[in-house]
Amino acid sequence: MHPTCNRFETNVAEALVDEQLQKALARTAVGLPSARERALTKMPEFEALRDDAVELKKHVLEHLDFYLERFEQKVIEQGGKVHWCATHAEAREVILKICQDADAKTVTKGKSMIGEEIAINDYLETHGIEPVETDLGEYIIQIRKEPPSHIVGPAIHLNKEQVAESFRKTHTDLPPDRPLDDPADMLKEARTLLREQFLKADVGITGANFLVAETGSTAIVTNEGNGDLTQILPRVHIAISSIEKVVPTLEDANTILRVLARSITGQELSVYTTFSTGPKREEDPDGPDEFHVVLLDAGRSELLGNEFKDMLRCIRCGACLCYCPVYTAIGGHAYGWVYSGPMGAVLTPAILGQETARHLPNASTFCGRCEDVCPVRIPIPKMLRHWREREVEQGRASAISRIAIESWAFFAKHPALYHPIANLKYWALGLIGRKKGRFSTAPGTHGWTKHRDLPAPQGKTFQQLWSEKGGRR
Amino acid sequence: MSGSSEKHNVGLFVTCLVDLFRPSVGFASVKLLEDNGCLVSVPRAQTCCGQPAHNSGDKKNTQTLAQQTIAALEGFDYVVAPSGSCAGMIKKHYPTLFAENDPWKKRAEDLAAKTHELVSFLTDVLKVKKVEAALEATATYHDSCSGLRELGIKDQPRKLLKSVKGLKVKEASQAEACCGFGGIFSIKYPDISNAIVTTKTDDLESTEANIVLGGDLGCLMNIAGKLKRQSSKLQVRHVAEVLADMTDKPAIGEGEEG
Repeated sequence: MHPTCNRFETNVAEALVDEQLQKALARTAVGLPSARERALTKMPEFEALRDDAVELKKHVLEHLDFYLERFEQKVIEQGGKVHWCATHAEAREVILKICQDADAKTVTKGKSMIGEEIAINDYLETHGIEPVETDLGEYIIQIRKEPPSHIVGPAIHLNKEQVAESFRKTHTDLPPDRPLDDPADMLKEARTLLREQFLKADVGITGANFLVAETGSTAIVTNEGNGDLTQILPRVHIAISSIEKVVPTLEDANTILRVLARSITGQELSVYTTFSTGPKREEDPDGPDEFHVVLLDAGRSELLGNEFKDMLRCIRCGACLCYCPVYTAIGGHAYGWVYSGPMGAVLTPAILGQETARHLPNASTFCGRCEDVCPVRIPIPKMLRHWREREVEQGRASAISRIAIESWAFFAKHPALYHPIANLKYWALGLIGRKKGRFSTAPGTHGWTKHRDLPAPQGKTFQQLWSEKGGRR
Repeated sequence: MSGSSEKHNVGLFVTCLVDLFRPSVGFASVKLLEDNGCLVSVPRAQTCCGQPAHNSGDKKNTQTLAQQTIAALEGFDYVVAPSGSCAGMIKKHYPTLFAENDPWKKRAEDLAAKTHELVSFLTDVLKVKKVEAALEATATYHDSCSGLRELGIKDQPRKLLKSVKGLKVKEASQAEACCGFGGIFSIKYPDISNAIVTTKTDDLESTEANIVLGGDLGCLMNIAGKLKRQSSKLQVRHVAEVLADMTDKPAIGEGEEG
């Protein structure tokens, strides 16, 4: 998709007045966190598991080259192939070539954020290949031609009436008067249609929650089983992943699994956890003839060496989104690309460039809840601050905030000047506001008073009153 | 405690918002500290901890303000601030501002080690169990983000509020949710901030309390400003005012006319 991060403010204005979206967000903000919290009460050792996951991810990031090479070697040993792609364009090319070599007409797809990131569906379509999303949420947004609004629940912004409407518009072969009021009706309809696609598909593309170095396996977690059908039935399986998803051993994959689903849906594990290791062997009853792993860098290796390294620990659980006051106010689409919420606000500028995504790191209250719930303890507020620091260092901070900060800092750095001036100003303001105790408007405070009153100061400053009282200095 | 020589020598970091907008919170802090055996000083060389610059990515101004604050406060046994976010800035962020070999790093760490937010200082350091105060009201407590998540302030104010005669505390369902202030965020993204604070005031109203208490004036001004715009009767005060039994001044955003 074409990013709209640079029209963030317009996106926000639209999102805030979208009543349906606001209802969906209110549901998200309550439903998912309470599921997570219920799961954690049953897991007293969760904090220790988080620590294990952090240690594991840190270790992997220190030795990423080693584990990736080992992973590749194992994939080759199993008869598979690894494709290293530095950019989105390269990844698209590689995938298209594999599909064309397989003479593919239809490609089924499991849920993959890397697929969203490289916009593989559009690319295949323009080259005459039909991509079919098989995760229900992804399928819904595919037929609506929308990006995901949440990395785990891509269609979380919709209600069932909207989905029914999209089904009627798209599935025109079916009787128009069929009942679609119950989500079960829609599920049945999607399942019937997708089943045909599963059987018809020449290539199946899935994402990967992990790459296991010791076995050369890719692994996915799903709740619908669609991932299994996507990777087992077609002749060719392509797993697409970014480079930081590698873990040393199957045991290590377990460490991540134990914190992953609990952090978002509150499940102990997702319904399906599926490992793929190479193409079908002679003795296997099923499986693909070809097994490809497309490894995407797209800016990650640069993060390895800079102040954003910790972000590469992210396991894409989506917990930070559901707890974020900004995300739950504006929804995922306002962020303007495929990643949203706190993790998206750190990652998007890294992948698309800070100029495109400059608003995202600024649009945070730094409440710290994201870091608090992150299963791998990524210091997200610190990362967001680093983006703001870069903006200032490169002289790209907005003029208004630069002037505001500079003029305020000038006074704050000169206490001898600051205190008498502050006292005069606030004494006067206090006098004006004494009766009502607040201002509904005041010069230079539009951002504040647009939606709130400004409490009036009490009068003389504390410093002044303390001096008058002869307090200790 | 009897003689002044045995008293804790405490430097009060007033915080800029308390200094400018609500000196009564500063005096309430002084009273609480003095009542519990502290000798309180307020160095004039302090202004702001530098958090607005820090959160705006302005490293240079942040460092300068941090140095100014360190120099002003490092001579005391303890430094206390009636704010979780300003205390958090000194405690958690100052030590990260300077390079390992910079002598300011050590000074920042030393100051961080003896800096505390007011209420947690009373309960955790001075081991205060109760206060002499009374207020006939039902209060709900808003947990400000920095105090809660950087400094672990949660039970401390609730514990002391229990000893306030006549006061009942009713918990809001989302007491730990951000109020949408975020310093400069509230001005830069007023519409998002408004959506967040509206969710907050709805939650606070639903408790049917008649007063909102909290430990950070920024959040409280945001919440009070929104409540007043909504013509709400719900009052807002800094928790120190109630604990010090100094609720004679109008609540935040209220005047002589109420």
